Amino acid sequence: MVLLEIRWHGRGGQGAKTAALLFADAAVETGKYIQAFPEYGPERMGAPVFAFNRLSDEPILQHCGIKNPDIVVVLDSTLMETIDVTEGLKEDGILLVNTQKTSKEIREQLKIKSEKTRIYVVDASKIAKEILKMDIPNTPMLGALIKVSKLLEFEPMLESVRKRLEHKFPNRPDVVENNIKAIIRAYEEVKE
Amino acid sequence: MIVARTGNEAMAEAMRQINPDVVAAYPITPATEIVQHFASYVADGLVTTEYVPAESEHSALSACIGAAAAGARVMTATAAQGLALMHEMLFIASGMRLPIVLCLVNRALSSPINIHCDHSDSLASRDSGWLQIFTENPQEAYDTTIMAVKIAEEILLPVMVTTDGFIISHGMERVELIDDDKVPEWLGERKAPYTLLDVDNPITIGMLDLQDYYFEHKRQEIEAMNNALPVIEKVQKDFGDTFGRYYPIVDEYRMEDAEVAVLVMGSTGGTGKVAVDRMRKKGKKVGLVRCRVYRPFPRERMLKAITKVKVLGIMDRADTLSTLGGHLYNDCRSILYESEARPLLKNYIYGLGGRDISIEEIETVFEQLLEIKERGRVDKEIVYYGVRGE
Amino acid sequence: MKKEKKGWKELPLGLVWQSGTSQEFETGDWRSDKPIWDAKKCTHCLICWIYCPDSAIIIKDGKVQGIDYRYCKGCGICAEECPPKVKAITMVREEK
Repeated sequence: MVLLEIRWHGRGGQGAKTAALLFADAAVETGKYIQAFPEYGPERMGAPVFAFNRLSDEPILQHCGIKNPDIVVVLDSTLMETIDVTEGLKEDGILLVNTQKTSKEIREQLKIKSEKTRIYVVDASKIAKEILKMDIPNTPMLGALIKVSKLLEFEPMLESVRKRLEHKFPNRPDVVENNIKAIIRAYEEVKE
Repeated sequence: MIVARTGNEAMAEAMRQINPDVVAAYPITPATEIVQHFASYVADGLVTTEYVPAESEHSALSACIGAAAAGARVMTATAAQGLALMHEMLFIASGMRLPIVLCLVNRALSSPINIHCDHSDSLASRDSGWLQIFTENPQEAYDTTIMAVKIAEEILLPVMVTTDGFIISHGMERVELIDDDKVPEWLGERKAPYTLLDVDNPITIGMLDLQDYYFEHKRQEIEAMNNALPVIEKVQKDFGDTFGRYYPIVDEYRMEDAEVAVLVMGSTGGTGKVAVDRMRKKGKKVGLVRCRVYRPFPRERMLKAITKVKVLGIMDRADTLSTLGGHLYNDCRSILYESEARPLLKNYIYGLGGRDISIEEIETVFEQLLEIKERGRVDKEIVYYGVRGE
Repeated sequence: MKKEKKGWKELPLGLVWQSGTSQEFETGDWRSDKPIWDAKKCTHCLICWIYCPDSAIIIKDGKVQGIDYRYCKGCGICAEECPPKVKAITMVREEK
């Protein structure tokens, strides 16, 4: 793997930053070099926010922003009404969207012409609402990302995510288990 | 143990392993998390530190000064306005020769109000008698925080270890942690030459020192700074021999046959190294120098590094607001005065208030430096790089 | 009273000094008026000793022995506080 760059789109409070950190944390455990960083403005619930990941087998030296991501993850499809989520996305890149729509519909909506750009969809909000009883789609989207990026092996990633969640919620095994379930379901349900 | 940590988390981990006697602090973005994590270590009983949540940064550093004078190993953390509010006490800490270690997350000083990175806060304190070490990434921030304790206690001057706000403080990277028990073992106990609480050997500390003694005491402090570099070098070598990671005073990257180079501090070092690699792939002989130890200024090592090239682009993430350009630019012009080899200098003031600096922008700097080398002269010495309207 | 002051290399490191250095600082030469103690009148109530800001009343075994002119600044508090019926301390001009 050369260097892979990911941009997360979400709204303040949806956990875009947490997802990026969780992804990085899990990837480190599998021996990769990583970066995870948010783009901070004034903190505000609901406003569009970004988070970023870099992933590589080699040490990552640069500390600049990411302009041309290989993968864009959209946690909230309503963002696509106001923000150009494909901005700077590499032509042969991947767009992964939390939506009820099909990838064909997304391709038409965003007027993506290049066939090289692959679009994946998963209804992570539905999964989150059903399993986590809250519309927090970040952990299911993590499962979908692992699937579509084909960067990391699923089982070891799942284990390290579990460890991180156990560390974060030491007295809530139900929260940990449900998040793991949501990740697995999104991993299975994500489609092109 | 290899883990993923942000710069702030890495510095907090270092503080946990150091287990200082006293930590007094006041939260401020983007350094808040350092003391926030540390406070949880205190609450969870992972450290035995006396933790003092002060009512301001001025009070926080005052508490640190009192504790350090009493012989304690003391640490704190802050950023920007917090450091500015500490300003008065910075000189008292160094003047009283107290080895306090301060984790500084570089943030632009107001006004305009901003929370993102530039180096205006620490550079505004450069003459306060504190050592300043600028780190490039979370790993270096972690390692340097540990080393700083040893350096401070040997030199008897306080040390500031800095990371770039948000870029490093909130950026998560792979960090290799030292085993918990190895850190206190390597550091040993603080052996203060005298302490306020030693009732058998009572002392006066911080007394009035007028025309007859002030100068002598200041001269001692100047001498301590003059003698600091060999101590830093020794501690860095000892750290490397023990834990396997070696750090330089001045970081040189692909400088052996470089014709032009940039000089930077902080996280731009990493971005610049990638730019160097890209230029080298195009056959351009460029290099990078990173000033890691900024105070004391490493005169000899810096001269050795920068006189290797014909043209040097000095990238300052702050301006002295004096018509003279950036801080590094002024320091380098100063040391080059007596030097026989004198590269042409161009000062790029960049990245104020957290403005991103990309690999491509640094490549453009290299292109300009190569052009200057061809032409043999610099037309405009100080430029503001990446600002609209220039 | 002039003493050779130490150079910066000889001074202790840091802004540190041995304690109790005020003993070396003889404030007696600030004096323009001088207290004279009359041993015959003194009742040894020690009020002067309590009030003296410079610890300049010499005491031995609970009795006043005299005044330590090395430190006495001549403020006159002792004379003022000596009970009116005793008046064992009087102030005189410091002139030879």
